[in-house]
Amino acid sequence: MAVEREKPWVMRTYSGHSSALKSNELYRTNLAKGQTGLSVAFDLPTQTGYDADDPRSQGEVGKVGVPISHLEDMSILFDQIPIEQMNTSMTINATAAWLLSMYVALAEQRGVDPKVLQGTTQNDIIKEYLSRGTYVFPPEPSIRLITDMITYTVDNIPKWNPTNICSYHLQEAGATPVQELAYALCNAIAILDAVKATGKVSEAEMGKVVGRISFFVNAGIRFIEEMSKMRAFTQMWDKLTLERYGVKDEKYRRFRYGVQVNSLGLTESQPENNVPRIILEMLAVVLSKDARARAVQLPAWNEALGLPRPWDQQWSLRIQQIIAYETDLLEYGDIFNGSPVIQQKVDDLIGGAQEEINKVLEMGVLDAVESGYIKERLVDSNHRRLQRIESGEQIVVGMNKYRESEPSPLLQGQDSGIMKVDPEAEREQIERLRAFRAKRNGGAVEDALRNLKDAAKNGQNIMPVSIAAAHAGVTTGEWAHALREVFGEYRAPTGVARQALHPAETDAAKKVQKEVEEVSQKLGRRLKILVGKPGLDGHSNGAEQIAVKARDVGMEVVYEGIRLTPDQIVTAAQEEGVHVIGLSILSGSHETLVPQVLARMKEQGMNVPVVVGGIIPPEDEKALKEAGVSRVYTPKDFELNGIMADIVDVVRTAHGIAA
Amino acid sequence: MNAPNLDELIPRILAADKAGVALALNLVEDQRPALRASIDDLLQRLEKAPRRAHVVGMTGPPGVGKSTLTGALIQELRQRGRSVGIVAVDPTSKRTGGALLGDRARIRYDSADTGIFVRSMASGDQLGGLARATQAAVEVMQAAYDVVVVETVGIGQSETDIEDIADTVVFVVQPGSGDTLQFMKSGIMEIPDLLVINKADQEKLARRAMLDLKGTLTYREAAPGGWVPEALRTSAVSGLGLPEFVEAVDRHAAWLRETGLEARRREKGARWALTTFTRLAGELAVERLGGKEALAVRLRGSRGETPREFLRQLLDLLQA
Repeated sequence: MAVEREKPWVMRTYSGHSSALKSNELYRTNLAKGQTGLSVAFDLPTQTGYDADDPRSQGEVGKVGVPISHLEDMSILFDQIPIEQMNTSMTINATAAWLLSMYVALAEQRGVDPKVLQGTTQNDIIKEYLSRGTYVFPPEPSIRLITDMITYTVDNIPKWNPTNICSYHLQEAGATPVQELAYALCNAIAILDAVKATGKVSEAEMGKVVGRISFFVNAGIRFIEEMSKMRAFTQMWDKLTLERYGVKDEKYRRFRYGVQVNSLGLTESQPENNVPRIILEMLAVVLSKDARARAVQLPAWNEALGLPRPWDQQWSLRIQQIIAYETDLLEYGDIFNGSPVIQQKVDDLIGGAQEEINKVLEMGVLDAVESGYIKERLVDSNHRRLQRIESGEQIVVGMNKYRESEPSPLLQGQDSGIMKVDPEAEREQIERLRAFRAKRNGGAVEDALRNLKDAAKNGQNIMPVSIAAAHAGVTTGEWAHALREVFGEYRAPTGVARQALHPAETDAAKKVQKEVEEVSQKLGRRLKILVGKPGLDGHSNGAEQIAVKARDVGMEVVYEGIRLTPDQIVTAAQEEGVHVIGLSILSGSHETLVPQVLARMKEQGMNVPVVVGGIIPPEDEKALKEAGVSRVYTPKDFELNGIMADIVDVVRTAHGIAA
Repeated sequence: MNAPNLDELIPRILAADKAGVALALNLVEDQRPALRASIDDLLQRLEKAPRRAHVVGMTGPPGVGKSTLTGALIQELRQRGRSVGIVAVDPTSKRTGGALLGDRARIRYDSADTGIFVRSMASGDQLGGLARATQAAVEVMQAAYDVVVVETVGIGQSETDIEDIADTVVFVVQPGSGDTLQFMKSGIMEIPDLLVINKADQEKLARRAMLDLKGTLTYREAAPGGWVPEALRTSAVSGLGLPEFVEAVDRHAAWLRETGLEARRREKGARWALTTFTRLAGELAVERLGGKEALAVRLRGSRGETPREFLRQLLDLLQA
């Protein structure tokens, strides 16, 4: 007789690129290979509420995900995919209400009752302010959009997870396990308190609301600690929802979470080593039955190099299938219950996290976000993590130790082991968008937008008017623009404090400091650098660490945060009289944005050296240098002191100063 | 940089050409002795410029939203068709000499707008003489724009410096910041020309702070014909009180003109020169005695002497 096995988690791959059509093909192939759910990656214009033909979208369309501009795109994306049976996860935040509205409108168009739809909208704005950077509106209206979705879905799409509280990006931004626990739970408290404050949810219904809150978590390489973290989450959530929200039904207090296994720790050098890393990190979230993930997404081995190809994603899916179907993992109950070592670790994490939670609650969660308190803690933790790697205290095999390597056959193919987005994708998306706009009923669109703005102003739930707008043919840019008019736009604190909390006093740092001092004397004023993030990409961790490091080796640093246009960057560099410009781009749009910066500088007659950092494949590096970029840094350049010394060198050369 | 041709540069400054203003600012920040004559020449010639903009100094404790309010003030001024130059000062790390200049982030404007120019500066520097550079930067901008706004660090020395640089000193506080009021009441802090309670959308607290401020202001009797400091409420976020803010600045500017702006500027200028001289002379003295590091080594080596004795020794050395 066969042993009874647990049902495995939902298996997904975070994917989407170029266009709805191409992404749909990819989804259908992935499902045929045994994937059991979908995880939609949207491009940055869709995430930040711009149409493909907006000037700000230039170079970003179809790059990090699929562009969805209107209902027709949504319909193509799910062509031949039965949405009534699918479990669809959407990584969408500021514009989450809009993408969910299009999904609902698609269901209605197909005659599917929205009540049966299953899936998740990420819809976590606080972590966008803290780490991921695709926020649009100020905190207050943003939280209101989230509560609108929660109160709407609880009755109308009861199987939907309207918000996915993310600790994933906190870890990426540098959070320690204790900080991850603390800030993710504070985030959940802020949302649930806001739902309660609307007065639209009865006490009896609060259980249902709590039961629909799910989490999105990161799993790192220290897998025993990571597993303990998941057990700590489970225990703390149970207690919190009982005590703070009076949820009596145990099933509503269960900590439900999905995982994207860590991409941050994946290396560019010897990238094949990332496969064992991915497997170990996955174990952290599936090994312990009492705290097992509901859904798992694995990164691909080559993510530090560029975009993964279908074959790379297949390899990651096979890893999941081997653990779920070949091993005996799912035949046992929890194998850690009763282990004093694990229990001690869990207790320690809970103790530390509770202390930090109390501190933040005393400030008020939103105040702790808006004042930059939490962000500064994260930037500091990340700074210390990078210091440990740079000093060799934390070993990363193949990167800061055991670096000798045979040439990798995995990188030998014609495509150098990564996928290239079709350069025509942007133009084609714009053409489709314009054709769509031309054929819709202009009057209906205007009415829909007016109703949307009215609802935004008078506090009426945003969902019904947004669903109507989707049917009327409103586009993503129009929806977001209407709400920008009512709510305004926001800039989050950068977290780059004026003073270091934990400055490095290493010899290497002091040596660079001395060089900065010497060059500054020769320049006549202190070496001044502008760190800029052009484009829509909000992953600012790299730029922040460069800004912090430059400040700590004695440079004057102009850093304005994310989402700047090339014009804004060049104007700032000119007004500030900087000696060097550092650009950070992770979305793959460097091919468009860097030449724009260079062209604008030329127009202004500026002759300032430019260095670029990001996920930049070797052939792009070559092209950028030919266009006039002085240096290109990629994830394999982990020694920040080395980068700083190199930047000093760039300035020296530009000013004809001898070393 | 080499000394630029001033005959060419000055018309560009007067025309508010961005590249020209930037070049002039780079020049006046330059500490190399070879450029000193050129800097002095430039500033002297700019003194005779047709435009000598009104200078508004924004000061107040950190965290009250000075930068955001400065950003909002600038937008209000631009809407009224006035061009604005901004000098935003951030603190320098004493340990490394580095600085994070982050105030720009809160000042949003169209990069095609030639009527705005934002320059960030670090407060202090091992190279010395920053006070001179800030003042010089303001003088360059005065010749190029209608209004110049200087935003200070908000802590320490710069608070008294700003009085010597700005025509109108604005002190920004936020509701509930009782400590500031205590300082003012006790006379530790000079009463500025305008007091602004920012973040006034926190209705109750703001009203209470306003009453407190008005109470404080009545402590001081204005000299006959003197300026009576005004207290205002603003919210940079909602735009509340911004037109009134600009009008109050204009009222103060008009009052200055009527009561002798030039004489006041001369007086302030003299005070500034004296303060700057005192600081530079101190640095010069340290330099003469072998530099800070050598003196520190000597201090560590002179076991048995008290700090007072060491100070005595230094003064003796200087007078020798």
